[in-house]
Amino acid sequence: MTGERRLVCIACPVGCRLAIRQEEGGEIRVSGNQCEKGDTYGREELLAPRRVVTATVRLTGSALRRLPVKTHLPLPREHIAALLAEASRLAVRAPVARGQVLLADFLATGVDLVATRTVEASGG
Amino acid sequence: MTGKRYDALVFGGGSAGMAAAARIAAGGFSVAVLERERELGGVLNQCIHSGFGLKVFREDLTGPEYAERYCQRLASASGVDVYLETTAQEVGAAGAETPLTVYGYSRLHGILELSARAGVLAMGCRERNRGNIGIPGTRPAGVYTAGFAQRLLNIDGYLPGRRAVIVGSGDIGLIMARRLTWSGAEVLGVVEIQSYPSGLTRNVVQCLNDFGIPLHLSHVVSRILGRNRVEGVEVSPLEDGVPKQEKAFRLDCDTVLLSVGLLPDTELAKKLGVALNPETGGPLVDAGLQTSVAGVFACGNLLHVHDLVDYVTEEAERCAERVCEYLAGEYELAQHRVVPGANVRYVVPNRYFPGRENRFYLRALVVKNQARLELRIGGETVKQRRLAHVQPSEMVSFTLKPAELAGLASKADNALEVSIA
Repeated sequence: MTGERRLVCIACPVGCRLAIRQEEGGEIRVSGNQCEKGDTYGREELLAPRRVVTATVRLTGSALRRLPVKTHLPLPREHIAALLAEASRLAVRAPVARGQVLLADFLATGVDLVATRTVEASGG
Repeated sequence: MTGKRYDALVFGGGSAGMAAAARIAAGGFSVAVLERERELGGVLNQCIHSGFGLKVFREDLTGPEYAERYCQRLASASGVDVYLETTAQEVGAAGAETPLTVYGYSRLHGILELSARAGVLAMGCRERNRGNIGIPGTRPAGVYTAGFAQRLLNIDGYLPGRRAVIVGSGDIGLIMARRLTWSGAEVLGVVEIQSYPSGLTRNVVQCLNDFGIPLHLSHVVSRILGRNRVEGVEVSPLEDGVPKQEKAFRLDCDTVLLSVGLLPDTELAKKLGVALNPETGGPLVDAGLQTSVAGVFACGNLLHVHDLVDYVTEEAERCAERVCEYLAGEYELAQHRVVPGANVRYVVPNRYFPGRENRFYLRALVVKNQARLELRIGGETVKQRRLAHVQPSEMVSFTLKPAELAGLASKADNALEVSIA
């Protein structure tokens, strides 16, 4: 593929307007980015887009009902639906530590689903 | 009734209140935080998405992770009392030693009489609702503000609906579009009255474009339909500022989310007699973020709505440093006025210190590429900065240092005019 794709970088709130070109030889050039994250995002977005996924899962053993979770790294987009389906079946029992791994190495992507808050055990 | 005295009271335990209280305690002063909810953290607790902390921690955190870091900071600080499930309801008579007295009501603590030498207003915002924007139609169930729907889903675990239309393209609405989609609901579209999105561009990209959710710019929801539950909305294009009802189309939905802006929660500020800025709805503040009432300071979204929590933290910590100076009897009174000039809706704070570094936040009135920020005193330009892109939804921040004022001829009026060209 040659030609230029124009994207807005989502790595941070600055929202740099990127131009991404793939040369005849296959080399990818990203321009318009103000930092390295934009370069990485531009390349990945062209070849294999990834997103950090956040959701909540069922929580027991606490007055809180839902435990917020995230993927500890961006997950390939094609696996997002499967991850959300798996997360909707999860039930976690308090206590929970922030960063605790709930699903390890999801579909061999190297991406874990982790808790994003600490929950102490309590009645309810 | 329990009575207690502190050096400072902080009203609100969200991102602004937590950062301010931790910093005041670090200055060696006693401080109490009053928080209405069961936990500290404010709106961060329901903002389970990532994108927080890139400036403050140089890490990409979710809201709960960001909140937890400050909760821990407060828990390990000495001289901090946190009153949860407590609302400051009434303002008491001022004493000579403790000019600020409030009465708090709490399930946990009963009636409290708290007094202090200084206070920090950090109550944040409430959402604008259907009444504020006046959408015609019936009044069925299924119309929520976006932030309330976010709380229902993320904290309480209820899906607010199956087929949603979002009114307004504020960040909370955009984030909710993705959240609802990922929760199995369908989002039929986002309807924005302005010709540009009012949330961050990155959120339009990752929350709408990723899912092919249409963004109807220059459109309004001209009617909400349905008897008991929402059955649909009528969407009309805006031409010359007028909805063209003959070109309206219908979207069949069971839920309408409103993401149409925030209003500072100023109930307590009004009871304290604090003067408000009609442009922001929040308090008018001097260069140290002190309001018109001596010893009462303000920061965070109560003062003005911030795009990022990182800016809230930054502002709250700076505010707290000035509170410490005030408590130590070292508050700097040498200040001059700040006035918004061309293309600027507001600038915060409303005064500046000529003798120390100042940090300002502003919102533009225009959408413009290759713009220029200009600071003038008495018609003389003291500083200029290039701005690649400005729009009302993206806050601009800048500093002014004493060195930049050196060499300036002394003017009768030292007012700083801030404009965008």
